[in-house]
Amino acid sequence: MTQQRKAVALISGGLDSLLAAKIVQEQGIHVAGINFFTGFCVEGHTHAIRKRGQDKPKRNNALWVAEQLGIKLHIIDIIDEYKQVVFNPRYGYGANLNPCLDCKIFMVREAHLWCQRNNFDFIITGEVVGQRPMSQRKDTMPVISRRSGADDLLLRPLSARNLPPTLPERLGWVDREKLLGLSGRSRKPQIALAKRFGFEEYAQPAGGCCFLTDAQYSAKLADLWQARGSKQYELDDIMLLKVGRHLRPKPNFKVIIAREEGESNFLRGYRKHYLSIDSLSCPGPVALIDGNVNNQDIELAASLVARYGKGRDATEVEMEVRTPAGTGYLLTVRPLTPEEIPEQWLL
Amino acid sequence: MPVIRTQNIVAELSAGTLVEVVCTDPGALNDIPSWCRINGHRVVETRSSADEYVVILEVGEE
Repeated sequence: MTQQRKAVALISGGLDSLLAAKIVQEQGIHVAGINFFTGFCVEGHTHAIRKRGQDKPKRNNALWVAEQLGIKLHIIDIIDEYKQVVFNPRYGYGANLNPCLDCKIFMVREAHLWCQRNNFDFIITGEVVGQRPMSQRKDTMPVISRRSGADDLLLRPLSARNLPPTLPERLGWVDREKLLGLSGRSRKPQIALAKRFGFEEYAQPAGGCCFLTDAQYSAKLADLWQARGSKQYELDDIMLLKVGRHLRPKPNFKVIIAREEGESNFLRGYRKHYLSIDSLSCPGPVALIDGNVNNQDIELAASLVARYGKGRDATEVEMEVRTPAGTGYLLTVRPLTPEEIPEQWLL
Repeated sequence: MPVIRTQNIVAELSAGTLVEVVCTDPGALNDIPSWCRINGHRVVETRSSADEYVVILEVGEE
């Protein structure tokens, strides 16, 4: 009897990883999914916070993909280990603070270790030659295989026929003829394949599945590092970078202002960790102050927050300032005018 | 994070154990039931209040 071979698929939640896993599954391979939580993932809770886009399903697409495939999904927390990838990428950053090549090497390495611990035979990714300028190039794909330690146990079903045969192909675990030879940035072949498999709905996140590819997010992260004097972050820091308007009126502090009710609710959850400001006399956003501040700074922050509330045109509005310990006091401030908010404050 | 924490706790529990997950992440109301479906656990109840989301699940057989 032929041994049932087992593969672990890196599942981001996008179309490519869905198709790559499906192609191998169709060949009778047992497939399990693995998804890495770096803290920078677009999947996760961020889409659920905001009220905007209520028409779109508020779901974790990696879980959804696993359900479509009927496979188990193992979600691995790599927040701490991943920091070194972000701080010191051997192959550098992409257009923003995205260390895509190092990231892929790291994830494939982790998947390879997972395979060894769980007696799986090989690894599947949804990579396509030429699809991404940094990590998905013909010359970088062998780098990922080699530096991750996975070597020829790493199979890219969507592009396999553009690449040298891997061990699963050479040993006949999978039929190379049934794998694809996609290349380039066009999505048409993937969309056609999805249709063939009967997947009518799937996620196609613009710019990939990571906030580090986003210019504005990267600018906020760079600002955080500059303000702290070193490349450091905790999970809460990078979560908060995804939420609200971030304005830095002075080098010693920034203000995070909710843009809508969902974000206000989310920021309220951080009131035990930061000084917070709430609008009292008029409806307005919740805001957090990140940094060491004096009374003048707090007053400036409150005036700034008032600008984004319903009382923006009032002469004065009442704001409540709360300390992380829970004590609060009232502050009457004049909302700043747009002219009083220099563009460079906005991160 | 609620899914990861639930996953890690459930891994230590035996079949039939009831787990109550309380969190502030509204996405958990979709994600934990989805995670349960693919991993063979049963959702007993979901509910939400102004700022808290609760999922009760029963651990399934591995």
